[in-house]
Amino acid sequence: MKVLMFGWEFPPHISGGLGTACYGLVQGMNFHKQEVIFVVPKLWGDEEPVADFVNASGVTIDYRERRFKKLWKNLTYLEVNSFLVPYLGPKEFKKFTDYAIHDRTDVDESIFSTNYQFSGKYGKNLMEEVSRYALVGAQIARDRTDFDIIHAHDWLAYPAGIAAKEISGKPLVVHVHATEYDRSGESVNFPVFEIERAGMHAADHVVAVSQLTKNTCVRKYGISPDKVTVLHNAVLDASIITSSYKKKVPEKIVTFLGRITYQKGPEYFVEAAKKVIDRDPNVRFVMAGSGDLLHKMVDRVAELRMGTKFHFTGFLKGDDVDHMYAISDVYVMPSVSEPFGIAPLEAVRHNTPVIISKQSGVAEVLNNAIKIDFWDVDAMADAIFGLLHYKSIAQMFTELGGDELKKLKWEHVAAKLVTVYEKTIAQRP
Amino acid sequence: MRTVCFYFQVHQPFRLKPYRFFDIGEDHYYWNDYLNRNVIRKVAQKCYLPMNALLLELIQRYDGKFKVAFSLSGTFLDQLEAYAPDVLESFQRLVATGHVELLNETYSHSLAALKSKDEFFSLVKKHQDRIKELFNGYSPKVFRNTELIYSDQIGSMVAELGYEGILTEGAKHVLGWKSPNYVYASAHAPQLKVLLKNFRLSDDIAFRFGDHTWADYPLTSQKFVSWLNALPKEEPVVNLFMDYETFGEHQWAESGIFDFMRHLPEAIFTQSNFTFSTPSEVVAALSPVSSIHVPTPISWADEERDLTAWLGNDMQDEAFDRLYELEKKIRTIKDPDLLRDWEYLQTSDHFYYICTKFFSDGSVHEYFSPYDTPYDAFINYMNVLSDFILRVEAHAPAKRGKTKA
Repeated sequence: MKVLMFGWEFPPHISGGLGTACYGLVQGMNFHKQEVIFVVPKLWGDEEPVADFVNASGVTIDYRERRFKKLWKNLTYLEVNSFLVPYLGPKEFKKFTDYAIHDRTDVDESIFSTNYQFSGKYGKNLMEEVSRYALVGAQIARDRTDFDIIHAHDWLAYPAGIAAKEISGKPLVVHVHATEYDRSGESVNFPVFEIERAGMHAADHVVAVSQLTKNTCVRKYGISPDKVTVLHNAVLDASIITSSYKKKVPEKIVTFLGRITYQKGPEYFVEAAKKVIDRDPNVRFVMAGSGDLLHKMVDRVAELRMGTKFHFTGFLKGDDVDHMYAISDVYVMPSVSEPFGIAPLEAVRHNTPVIISKQSGVAEVLNNAIKIDFWDVDAMADAIFGLLHYKSIAQMFTELGGDELKKLKWEHVAAKLVTVYEKTIAQRP
Repeated sequence: MRTVCFYFQVHQPFRLKPYRFFDIGEDHYYWNDYLNRNVIRKVAQKCYLPMNALLLELIQRYDGKFKVAFSLSGTFLDQLEAYAPDVLESFQRLVATGHVELLNETYSHSLAALKSKDEFFSLVKKHQDRIKELFNGYSPKVFRNTELIYSDQIGSMVAELGYEGILTEGAKHVLGWKSPNYVYASAHAPQLKVLLKNFRLSDDIAFRFGDHTWADYPLTSQKFVSWLNALPKEEPVVNLFMDYETFGEHQWAESGIFDFMRHLPEAIFTQSNFTFSTPSEVVAALSPVSSIHVPTPISWADEERDLTAWLGNDMQDEAFDRLYELEKKIRTIKDPDLLRDWEYLQTSDHFYYICTKFFSDGSVHEYFSPYDTPYDAFINYMNVLSDFILRVEAHAPAKRGKTKA
């Protein structure tokens, strides 16, 4: 079987978990000798040659094709001028809207020009790039006829998937790694929601990364549960990491590592920290990462008078991430809404016991972890205290957690995915 | 008697280096030597060296009738020894003329007066010793507290130390209808005389001098003397208190600030009946007109003239309280490195950087801060403090054990 896959990023040039998941999935497909044509907006040239890569920036659009013009009309919900850039903070958003209001008059022409350079990032031209990407999807679907099914990862690639389906008539699978409800809570960006909804409805089948995400697809996007299959993410490497990096403080360390944004629930971690420190002063809490709630968290930590026991590291990269996991005695992921959440599995690889919120997809696959509701700071504090003081639980978690990881393999995910493809193709009239 | 009293504050903090969470427990050196050296060298070229030369010239030209007072913080003197011995020598030459008075303050420009009498006394003592050591046995008679912070309670402590006078801000909300141009007596310790800064005339030089949008721009020595002459005849003293960095650093040389100072004494001598005096001369010559009550502390900072530049937001209070919690343990410690860090960490500037009063005086704060935001300043300070606490705790119990045995 040959799959035409549309992604947005691919390792090593990634800014989130999406690229890593795509990489794992392609590896899994290779294991089962399945062919993948993988399209990304921009190829850098240093990607591992695991798939038949197509660089969208190098695709020439044949603007004489009448069907494309028609397609473009159907894509009008993409409103390139809509002031929507979901991955920007308020300040950047302001800059972008200023730019869009004053400078964007050239949109249609540049989109339809034969050549177009994608940035492949989540920048100010995001919507324009998503639209152009859809045209590229159509062009590829017209030029290549050697694929059996189309697979689009997350909303940025849904329009491309839809376009490719319209042109080729081949079935479409959309893969939901996250939804607008996870990113923004109830205050969703409507145009993004619309694209997600259109993608899921146009798809012949939907793949969700967790039961939690499937529920969102069903409840918020009105998709029939029969049309959604849950395929949990896996890990590329399940080996246990033994670090020689040593902790330099005598206290135990409890860590939050992630973006400091609404979705990740940092405020619940701060409140739980206070409760633990009140009972046991020999603990240090670390919030590693950056994000729009950072200053609010710093303020709250000062207000609770625990500034010498609660530390902020800023954004960590490279070795520092490994060091942070290595010196942590407990890792907490209190996400308010996490479609999957790969970070706790990284903690497990470092033999660090984890506490995860029930509102995370990873809670569905990781048994040897303490699971709490993100809002239940008392339970979170209890769990932290317990893991720090009752060695046996922590010991058990580290022993069994490692075995659990070994079962989370991308080749298992790929095997299930192939079954999904076969069923979907079989259902076509 | 009608007289002008110039006092210049000369202070530089030991700024912290970027100190990360991963450094806690391992790296015990906190100071940004590179930045601190650069600041001292830069300000030396722009301000300290040219202004000291100018003052020396004026003192010699008027044969001691022109005189000024300095308060040199201990952290400043320490940095001069390390980075600018030439500047230290030029201050020593000035003091040796006999027409430059030195004041005492807390050694590390600390806010200890608000928190601990013991620590306050210990830091004043250390400053006294340092001034004696560097300035040929010099012993100041007048005190100035960090940032001119003053209250009745602080007045009592300073009187207890034997000082004859103290300098503070002529804050409007304390003075009401009264004039700053008299000598007052401290409310709880009447033997201590209080000199109040005339903030209008001081700030005309320190803040407004180079401001092109100011209605009185440009300020000339003639204009300034005419303002002195316009003061009610019975008011005896005009206290002009300012940061020494006003000359050449806050107001650049191009603004004409040096020329203004070069011509001011001549203008005052020829066009008014004012003289120049140092704080101790003012204190000796004038009797207080009344006592002044300051139940809550005042300072010379910002529009509010209160403590909110250093204390008051949660981050500042947290940093301040955590630091001074250590005082008892510090008393049991003899290690010179630890004691030095304890003193340098008290410097008020660290708390100033954590100020969040963005909208009114934030711009001034920003200018003086090495950090992008007060949040960065807080995180960095707390990381350092966390390591410091570990060191103190590692030292303190061992010492106690020894004394028992």
